[in-house]
Amino acid sequence: MQQVPALKIDGITIGQSLAIIEYLEETRPTPRLLPQDPKRRAQVRVISDVIASGIQPLQNLSVLKQVGQENQLTWAQKVIHSGFNALEQILRSTAGKYCVGDEVSMADLCLVPQVANAERFKVDLTPYPTISRINKTLLALEAFQVSHPCRQPDTPPELRA
Amino acid sequence: MTESGKPILYSYFRSSCSWRVRIALALKSIDYETVPINLIKDGGQQFSEEFQALNPMQQVPALKIDGITIGQSLAIIEYLEETRPTPRLLPQDPKRRAQVRVISDVIASGIQPLQNLSVLKQVGQENQLTWAQKVIHSGFNALEQILRSTAGKYCVGDEVSMADLCLVPQVANAERFKVDLTPYPTISRINKTLLALEAFQVSHPCRQPDTPPELRA
Repeated sequence: MQQVPALKIDGITIGQSLAIIEYLEETRPTPRLLPQDPKRRAQVRVISDVIASGIQPLQNLSVLKQVGQENQLTWAQKVIHSGFNALEQILRSTAGKYCVGDEVSMADLCLVPQVANAERFKVDLTPYPTISRINKTLLALEAFQVSHPCRQPDTPPELRA
Repeated sequence: MTESGKPILYSYFRSSCSWRVRIALALKSIDYETVPINLIKDGGQQFSEEFQALNPMQQVPALKIDGITIGQSLAIIEYLEETRPTPRLLPQDPKRRAQVRVISDVIASGIQPLQNLSVLKQVGQENQLTWAQKVIHSGFNALEQILRSTAGKYCVGDEVSMADLCLVPQVANAERFKVDLTPYPTISRINKTLLALEAFQVSHPCRQPDTPPELRA
């Protein structure tokens, strides 16, 4: 697909972030990233898919290139607003401390990076209090900090934490 | 659920995402009722307040089952797989499951959303065909390569999986956008094999309750 991420593990290479995460969950099951109950698992997957199919691909690099530089910001903002409107509504019935109840799940792994994208595209997050609250809570967790774009081996010096 | 207790599928005959779920329901022999949502009429019935309350993404498919409503076709299929596990739509082995999910995600995240109705509307009518063809070619180039190492009779080995449920509707989209499929012999072969199966036929856009008369099989 000529995209990142790709993970080389156990003798195979897997692309597509959610396929990677589901593989990790099935082969390294603790701590859980998906609840045990099928209905809650469905909620986690719905939220993840809303972000991974419904928002991010529409504002990724290759699409923005095709949209043309003068339209990019408007396009990205429109796409994110559209998706976040739906997400805010969904989260109001699924969220506890995190996206689904009170355990961190694959949905939370999708939410934080998408909020970072929203901020990069100067999307006003005021209409999305649930998204903002959950994002803030997650960013305080160590896993979300060590993995942050500002702390990677390839983070440019001027953006490094 | 209806009074009869059957699941309800909100579907549009031509929606490739809805078709994926229709195939899953057929393969698992799950009897259901269809509530058609016309994506074009009345400005798009998916935008009604009533439907938005059911599915905030304002998209089809949505499935009402077991007291809940689920949007997002792959989330629906994974739920069906976990609650009605036979016949399988995902292999047992985690590495093969990953292959199924990769192929499904390439289609469901990497191709279809970029050529769906709402994106095409924004691209503008004069650009739509070129845009859709570009998106599909790009994705099919990758998919053809992936399938060459995963495919047997079907997308992953010799058992029908969630990947196959995603493939056939996307090929139908490709045909609708007049994409030349000659560069994709593996995709074409698998598509042809799958279309011969009953579940792919009963769920076909040309045989739905909301199929317009002129397109009906």
